[in-house]
Amino acid sequence: MATSSERILEVRDLVKHFPLTQGILFKKQIGAIKAVDGVSFDLNKGETLGIVGESGCGKSTLAKVLMALERPTSGSVKINGRDIAKARGGELKRMRRNIQMVMQDPYTSLNPRMTVGDIIGEPYEIHTEVAPKGDRRKKVQELLEVVGLNPDHINRYPHQFSGGQRQRIGIARGLALQPEIIVCDEPVSALDVSIQAQVINLLERLQNEFNLAYIFIAHDLSVVRHISDRVGVMYLGKFVELGKDTEIYDRPAHPYTQALLSAVPVPDPEGREQRERIILQGDPPSPANPPSGCRFRTRCWKAQEICAQEEPLLQIRPGTGHESACHFAETHDVVHVG
Amino acid sequence: MSNPTPPGGPGLPETQTLVPDTVPAPAPERKGTTTKSGKPASLWTDAWYDLRRRPMFIISVIIIVILLVMSFWPSLFSGIDPYNARTCDLSTARQAPSAGHLFGRDNLGCDVFARTIYGARNSIVIGVLTTLMTTIIGGLLGIIAGFRGGVVDTLASRVTEIFFAIPSILGALLIAATFRGRANSIFLVIVALTVLGWPMVFRIMRAAVITAKSQDFVVAARALGAGAGRIMFRHLLPNSLAPVIVVATINLGTFIAAEAALSFLGVGVQSPDISWGLMIADARNRFLEAPLPLVFPAVFLSLTVLAFIMLGDAVRDALDPKLR
Repeated sequence: MATSSERILEVRDLVKHFPLTQGILFKKQIGAIKAVDGVSFDLNKGETLGIVGESGCGKSTLAKVLMALERPTSGSVKINGRDIAKARGGELKRMRRNIQMVMQDPYTSLNPRMTVGDIIGEPYEIHTEVAPKGDRRKKVQELLEVVGLNPDHINRYPHQFSGGQRQRIGIARGLALQPEIIVCDEPVSALDVSIQAQVINLLERLQNEFNLAYIFIAHDLSVVRHISDRVGVMYLGKFVELGKDTEIYDRPAHPYTQALLSAVPVPDPEGREQRERIILQGDPPSPANPPSGCRFRTRCWKAQEICAQEEPLLQIRPGTGHESACHFAETHDVVHVG
Repeated sequence: MSNPTPPGGPGLPETQTLVPDTVPAPAPERKGTTTKSGKPASLWTDAWYDLRRRPMFIISVIIIVILLVMSFWPSLFSGIDPYNARTCDLSTARQAPSAGHLFGRDNLGCDVFARTIYGARNSIVIGVLTTLMTTIIGGLLGIIAGFRGGVVDTLASRVTEIFFAIPSILGALLIAATFRGRANSIFLVIVALTVLGWPMVFRIMRAAVITAKSQDFVVAARALGAGAGRIMFRHLLPNSLAPVIVVATINLGTFIAAEAALSFLGVGVQSPDISWGLMIADARNRFLEAPLPLVFPAVFLSLTVLAFIMLGDAVRDALDPKLR
């Protein structure tokens, strides 16, 4: 995973609130679901940023905003210096060529009434300038080969493939426009473990081959560790910790990250005895009405008065080498192995 | 799984690397199709290929072609021209079938066979055109309302509710009676039935589009930069057409029957014009004495409806790749 320092994606203070409305004829806003509430990060060429967090923390909304499928409430998503969140019409269409997506569920992300050739060839039909008409079929077959499928299966329909093969079709569709960034929204969570491995390996191979940058969203920590260069941990719409994969996994500084890591299953019986288990109390608060100050304080064992009054910012804190958003951040190896 | 904790690692499972990156065995070759990799396939070419091999499709097409030829050149089938009043003879009213008059004679002594053949044109024209119009209008509005949602959907849905509130025969009666004499009576019947028939297609299309819209492949198409037209006609339409086809083919029979009802009430096709509906309405008065003048046009009507339902069924199945 060669990482050059060329920055291709710059996300600043990204906010996405979904309004909650009441009334049938005269709608009035009574609140907002704060799905993404102030997220900033950078992505370099050829780099993988893993984003983890539990269900409902805003990972998928973040992906949708990055893909310009949802307009952010505020903030910017700059791809090579241009803000995709503000782009419209033809400019937006051109920018989409540079950022593509691999979706979670390979069973619903492919149109059941289109052949594989039509599905992978659709990007070329939308962006006609990428490939002349005569070349498209050949390009689709090349893509099928790149993702490890038989090019002769171009006339088949999605239901004739297994889940892993369908996910490869989804990846081929994402690759068709030769983007620099691919947003993978839980690309393996719908697959069997053995198939997950194949798809992850494929994604890594493609990254080396085409120097792709990935935003890799998942709730499976081990999968994220395997593929990521850097990892961001999300809780209730905010990053609570952001750093290199080794920093996050070996020296987590935020209590939430520590709790999350302590829940990762360890296949080694001896290692399992050694590690400690941090069991969080309660459920995540509602994103419509997040707690004041630190959002994690309602479930945190370190919470003090200051946590309710002052919101901890995502910054490098004394004693830790990477950014975390906790007033009492301290590194702590949860897993104790190695 | 022999070495789940690689040395130096923090004990997180890295089983991924242990599984070879192989492709699972390909799905079995599909039967009955010979699509080679060199020839591009699409939903519609594959559906056509599939249809040509379906007996149900072939039978229904043969029946429909015969009916269409019958509507355009009825003289090919019958030597008697029922529009010529001299072919009727009151003294032979309700005569049983004979060699010269295969289906017998009706209440006015006219040849039932010739009238059935000549009646096909009006009935089929009304049935087919009304079905086409309702499907196009209702389908188009349904796909737009379902896709756009919001104000467009609310507005369109309220309008259809207004039309739904009108009792259909009464409404058609009103329209046909109001404009009676100002336009061709067949044209009026088509307009009246279309105005009252499209909301049903609209509702079904809208519901199917809303279901299809929430699927991931639509999101994927948007992420690729697909415009509204492409999403509506390449993604939503093929995935919401099935229930519409079913309803449209069933409606075809209903429309021919509705035309009969309107004719019976005196606003549809009027004598001396001939239609199956009119023939059924006329023969109804003396059904117990002479059932045949009613039975023959009714059989033709059923056959027409059956043929179109079979056609719709075959097309719907051919458009679903999973059934191939």
